[in-house]
Amino acid sequence: MSQKMYKNGGVVKMAKKVGIEAAIAIAEAAALADVDVVSAYPITPQTHIVEHLAHLVADGILNAEFITVESEHTALSAALGASLTGARTFTSTSAQGLALMNEIVYITSSMRAPVVMALANRALSAPINIWNDHSDVMSVRDTGWISIFANNAQEAYDLTFMAFKIGEHPDVLLPVMINFDGFILTHVIEPVVLFGKEDVEGFLPPYDHPYKLDPDRPVTMGPVGLPEIYTEVKKQQDVAIRSSRSVIDAVFKEFAERFGRKYSAVETYAIDDAEVVLVTQGSVTDAACFVVDEMRKRGKKWGVVEIRLWRPFPFDDVGSALTSGKIKCVVVLDRAISFGGPAGIVMSEVRSALYHVPNRPIVIGVTSGLGGRDIMFEDYVRMFELGEEALRTGKEPEMVTIIGVRE
Amino acid sequence: MSEVVRDLKAFAKALVYKNAPKEEYFKRGHRACQGCAPALAIRYILKAAGPNTIVVNATGCMEIISSPFPYTSWGVPWIHVAFENVAAVASGVEAAIKVLKRKGRLDPNKRINIIGLAGDGGTADIGLQALSGMLARNHNVTYICYDNEAYMNTGVQGSSATFTGASTTTTPAGRYSIGQGYWKKNVAEIAASHYVPYVATACPSYPLDLMNKVRKSLEIEGAAYIHVFAPCPTGWGCPSSMAIEVGRLAVETGVYPLYEVERGVWKISYIPPKGLKPIEEYFKTQRRFKHLKKEVVEKIQEKVRAHWERLLMLEKMTNTEEFKEKFVRPFYEVQI
Repeated sequence: MSQKMYKNGGVVKMAKKVGIEAAIAIAEAAALADVDVVSAYPITPQTHIVEHLAHLVADGILNAEFITVESEHTALSAALGASLTGARTFTSTSAQGLALMNEIVYITSSMRAPVVMALANRALSAPINIWNDHSDVMSVRDTGWISIFANNAQEAYDLTFMAFKIGEHPDVLLPVMINFDGFILTHVIEPVVLFGKEDVEGFLPPYDHPYKLDPDRPVTMGPVGLPEIYTEVKKQQDVAIRSSRSVIDAVFKEFAERFGRKYSAVETYAIDDAEVVLVTQGSVTDAACFVVDEMRKRGKKWGVVEIRLWRPFPFDDVGSALTSGKIKCVVVLDRAISFGGPAGIVMSEVRSALYHVPNRPIVIGVTSGLGGRDIMFEDYVRMFELGEEALRTGKEPEMVTIIGVRE
Repeated sequence: MSEVVRDLKAFAKALVYKNAPKEEYFKRGHRACQGCAPALAIRYILKAAGPNTIVVNATGCMEIISSPFPYTSWGVPWIHVAFENVAAVASGVEAAIKVLKRKGRLDPNKRINIIGLAGDGGTADIGLQALSGMLARNHNVTYICYDNEAYMNTGVQGSSATFTGASTTTTPAGRYSIGQGYWKKNVAEIAASHYVPYVATACPSYPLDLMNKVRKSLEIEGAAYIHVFAPCPTGWGCPSSMAIEVGRLAVETGVYPLYEVERGVWKISYIPPKGLKPIEEYFKTQRRFKHLKKEVVEKIQEKVRAHWERLLMLEKMTNTEEFKEKFVRPFYEVQI
C-alpha cells in the first residue's frame, strides 16, 4: 500500500498534528485499523466519514471492500454478515439511519458481531431535523452495544481506533458505537494528532472471530431460540457486556501508556471542591468546562462530570464521582426526552446509580440542545443555578426543566 | 411415471440420476411438514452446491424448521439474521470473502459458494429492496427464492407472489373476493432487469434441472437469481403425497414455466411436447382454488396463455444472431 501524505488522504507515516474535520479523523481511524469491509449509506451529518473512506479505497490507500448499500438496514446487515465471515467491519450513520437499522442493531449485538459504528448524533424526526441531539443514541440504549462518547475530534479519532480493540477482544465480541455530536463535531476542523502505521504497531491485533462462517468448520448461526433457551442467551449477553468493562479499562490504560492520552469511563473536571456539578455527555462537556472556568473566577464552585462510557453503564464510577468531595447537588444535562417517562434518560440512570448511596446528593434534570439549538453560556449558568436553587429549597423535582423552551 | 422420465431427459444435461451427488448437506430430522417441497428443494440445492458453501437464510419456514437450537439440519455454514435482509447479509459475506482472499487471509484459489435463501414473502415483498441492491451491485451470490406462494410460516397469508385466485387467510375467497385479486409478481423478471448474468426458474419436481441450474449459477461469476416453485401441501390444501405432481402440473399448464435468462438470452427449459395442459388440471388439485368459478378460471387461463406466449416471443427474439450481436456481446463481453 502506498504511503501518502495526509493532504491526499490516507495513512500518514508518522504521528503528526493536522487540522482536520472530526468526520475525516474518524475515517482515518478506521483506515488506521486497516478495516476490511465498509458498508454505509449516506445520511447527514455522518456522510463525510464514509465519503473519505470511499476515497481511500478508490485511491488504493485502504485495501477494503466498500459496499455502497441501498439503505441503512442493509448497511448494518451487510456489516454483520462480513463481520461474522471474519472481516474487520466499519459502518457509520445518524438518526433516521439508525432508526431504520434498529432491528439489526439489536441482532448485531445478540449475534456477537464486533462491528464498529460511528454514530454522528442527530435528532430523530419528526419534524425532520438534521442537527444535533442525543435522541438517536438514546433510542438504542438497550440494544446491547458498547456505547462511548467522544467530546472532540481527537477523542473521536482515538476512541474509534480503540473501539476495534475493545469489540474484537475474544472476551468481549460485541459491537461498539462511538458517539460524536453531529455538525458540532462532524463538520468542525480541529487539531488532531494522527498516528502513522508504525506508531500503533502491535496495539491492535488482527481480527479473528472464534466462530465464523467457514466451510471447513460449519456452524449454524442465528438459530431459533425456543423459550427453553432464550432467557439463557439474554443472560449471557448481559454478562458479556458487563464483563467488557475490564477490557475497556485495560484498552484505555494501554492507550494512555503508549500514546499519553488518558480516557476513563467517567471523566471529571474541577469537582474536588465543587458543590454543584453538571453531568454531561459529548461535546457539551468541553463547553461546560469552559463555563466552569469562567464562573470560578466569579467565585462559583462548580464542576463537571462526564459519563463517557454509556454502555456498559459505569455505576460505581458514577456513584463515587458524584459523592466525592463536597458535591451536594448533581444537575444532569439530557439531550433527549423520554416522552411520558422519566423525561431525563441520563438523569434517571444517574439517580438509579445513586439510589443506594447514603447521603446521596440531590439530583435534578435539565434538557437542552434539542435538534441543534445552541446551548449558550447563560444556559449552562442557568443549569448550575437551578442546582443551587434546589440546594437552597431542598427540593428535588421529579421532572426535568427544559432550558430555553418558549412556552 | 414414464412420461416424467421422458420430460426430464429433454432438458437435464450435466447431471443425470446416475451421477447426482449422494452426499446430503441438508440433514434428516428437520421439522418440515410432510410433503414439503421447499425442504426438498433445499436438499437438492445443497447436493448441487456441495460442502464449500455458505448459506444465508431469511426468517421463514425453512429457517424455523431447520434450526431449533440446539438442533440444526445444516451440514454447511449457515446464518440467519432477519426476514428482509438475506441479500444484504449475503452481500456482506461475499465482500468479506473477496477482501480476505485479496489480503491473503483466505486461500484465493478456494471457491466458496454463497447462497441466499428466502421464501416468496422474504423475496417478493419485504426483501425486494435488499435483493435489488445485491443484484445491482452484482455480488457473486446465488439468491434462491423458494416460492410457496404465501406466508406459510405465519399461517398462509397472501404475498405478492401468491397466485391469482388463490384463497389465503388474508386474501380469503368470499362473496366479493376471488381470493388473491392481482397477478403474481414476477421476481425472476425483476431480477433479469438488473442485467445480472444468470436468472432461472426451477421446481423440485424436476430435480436434475434444479440442480443443474444451481450448479450453473454458482459457476458463473456475478449475481444469480433462481426462483424455485415449491408446493406447500399444508398451505395449498392438497395431500402431502401430491407435492411433486402439483409442481409438475404447474409447469405443464404454463402456470409456472421453467426457463433461464443467461446473459440476456431467454431459454425455456421445458416446452410440453403436446402443448400446455388446461389450468383446471392444476387448480383442481388444490383446495385454495376450489372456490373459483368457471368464468374466473377462463380469464386466468387466458392470462397464463398470454404469459406463455410472451415467453416464447422473448425466447425467439433473444436467440437471434442479431440480438446476440447487438446486445449480448457488447453488453456482457465488454469488461469495464
